[in-house]
Amino acid sequence: MTQRNLRILIADDSDTDRLILQAIIKRLGHQVIEAADGLEAVQKFRDECPDIVLLDALMPRMDGMEAARHIKALAGERLVPLIFLTSLSDAEDLARCLEAGGDDFLTKPYNRVIIEAKIKAFDRMRRMHDTLSSQHEQICERNRQLLEEQAIARRVFDNVAHTGCLDSPNIRYHASPLSVFNGDVLFASPRPAGGMLIFLGDFTGHGLPAAIGAMPVAEIFYGMARKGFSGADVLREINQKLKRILPTGMFCCGAMVEADFKLGQLRVWNGALPEAWIIRGEGESLLLPSRHLPLGILPPKQFECVMEVVQVRPGDRLLVMTDGVLEAANDRGELFGLPGIRQCLEHRQPHTHPFDAVLEAVRQFSDRADESDDLTLVGLDITDQPDLPAEPEQPSLSALAGPTEWRCEYEIRERTLGDFSPLPLLLHICLEVPGLRTRSGEIYTLLSELYNNALEHGVLQLPSEWKHSADGFGKYYSERQARLARVDGHYIRFSLHHTRKPGGGRLRVVCEDSGAGFDFSNHPLVSGRDDESRAPRYAGRGLLLLKRLSRSIKFRGKGNHVEIIYDWNFSAHQGDGDDR
Amino acid sequence: MTDKQHLDEEALAELQDVMEDEFDVLIQTYIIDSRDRIASLKSALSAGDADAFAKTAHSLKGSCINIGAPRLGELCMEAEQAGKVSDLTEASRLVGEIEEEFAAVISLLEGLLVR
Repeated sequence: MTQRNLRILIADDSDTDRLILQAIIKRLGHQVIEAADGLEAVQKFRDECPDIVLLDALMPRMDGMEAARHIKALAGERLVPLIFLTSLSDAEDLARCLEAGGDDFLTKPYNRVIIEAKIKAFDRMRRMHDTLSSQHEQICERNRQLLEEQAIARRVFDNVAHTGCLDSPNIRYHASPLSVFNGDVLFASPRPAGGMLIFLGDFTGHGLPAAIGAMPVAEIFYGMARKGFSGADVLREINQKLKRILPTGMFCCGAMVEADFKLGQLRVWNGALPEAWIIRGEGESLLLPSRHLPLGILPPKQFECVMEVVQVRPGDRLLVMTDGVLEAANDRGELFGLPGIRQCLEHRQPHTHPFDAVLEAVRQFSDRADESDDLTLVGLDITDQPDLPAEPEQPSLSALAGPTEWRCEYEIRERTLGDFSPLPLLLHICLEVPGLRTRSGEIYTLLSELYNNALEHGVLQLPSEWKHSADGFGKYYSERQARLARVDGHYIRFSLHHTRKPGGGRLRVVCEDSGAGFDFSNHPLVSGRDDESRAPRYAGRGLLLLKRLSRSIKFRGKGNHVEIIYDWNFSAHQGDGDDR
Repeated sequence: MTDKQHLDEEALAELQDVMEDEFDVLIQTYIIDSRDRIASLKSALSAGDADAFAKTAHSLKGSCINIGAPRLGELCMEAEQAGKVSDLTEASRLVGEIEEEFAAVISLLEGLLVR
């Protein structure tokens, strides 16, 4: 090691001793600062900031012990080796020197070799300390930066992935506040036609790389869910996007749940997440294991987004989780696993919610609070009609902005009738009007009723009576498929026309199809002679809905030309919403 | 009393090596320094201040050991002990011996300087 030039403070009241010591130290190549007593030593220490201090124990004005305490206090975090110069031989006196903050002794007579060795040793220690404390400072600074960056990233992420309808009374979830940096994401959104879409994802890896994929997934999910796209559509889009942007070896295990409370149906897609659980109101449970590869692996053509359909009833509950639940470990290294879930569900008190039972059991099992921060768990209660919290997007300020006077026509023809649903596109156009955005459910219902009627009863001529029996239902759908292959020359044409009205606006929707139409003048609902006994019929229900939602409904021509007027105004909807 | 030598030749040779040109200054400083301290010993003794006596003896002891005057250092140590136990009679006797030994050391050191 190369000898470094150090600044060394010598405090000794004996001129003789000081002379000898400074001569020795100068010959070692160091710079000497001299003091003749303790007070002067403290003063010089303050002024000159020496690297090492040599202090005589007994000095007039202020002795070495006291000077040592002052010097150590002045040095603070810096390590300044402090060596006592002494001819003391009493063990107790020596011990007092160390208690006062001394690091070592040099006894008289001074020995050049020992002095050199000690200075070298303490210089090494001093430099090691400096290195450590500057590294420590760097680490603290980096950590502070990292936390700050995470907080900022988290805010950006929250703006993209607002909680959607995760706060609905029928959803329970656990996710750590920084879960996105564990690679976990959880989204839920109401669907325009009712019901909800829930997505739970778990990206490979941790930290920023895991979080970065979450942004596009959030955007796709919320953007598409709001426009009425199905879970399968959203999955296809997410997979395609992730496949394109994520490097090989990075992917997202995920599950999509599409809940239709009206039909009592859950559609579930599980790609490499642990089994999803359906716990029936009566107690038995059904496991929905992963049947797919994670998202972001398969090219779009090979990607399967068929969702499993499960019939559910109010009182049933669904649990979906990331593998953090199964992999929670106790201090003996055992994993919670599937048996852990099964056990806590079986042994839970009758009134304990399965979600609470599992979360509590995992926490107790792992016995460490931080363990639960690497898992995400979501529970969905099947209810009759869940109260959805108001959509965060409010038109209040921007209601007058956006398009108010417009007209568009959209026609789909022939084979496309079977391949493509124009509803998300049409809904998207309508929702460009800020005032219609909070009414997306009604608009979607209007458009989908018109479209389904035009397609199934108009173009395909399927009799709605078939749907009344279980056999007929199957026949209805197989016939639907068959007839969709024979739609040459057929079309469905939508004309949308929006105008401004005082305090709101009017949307006129005309839906025409190439079908044979129907005898609307004798239809009980259209003619105004309301016949309750016929109401449960599907087609009847649809018409009833259209009548209820719109200001007026008119049939023209052979009955294959329907016109609906939908009026909206600012005041009607806003009072009951969330006025932000 | 003590069988230690007046001067430690080996230690002095090393000092000469370390101090180079400043060796003379060192010896002069030591002589002046020690003379002051012996005077302090005497005044502490006449004031009956045993504590000050012990401290001064302690300091003198340090520089005597460093300069290579072991016998004088030994006497200083005994004086320090006497001061600590407030034995002023013994202290008084030792001051006499210290003065005597110091005179011997001075003449030997001056011999070194002349060389």
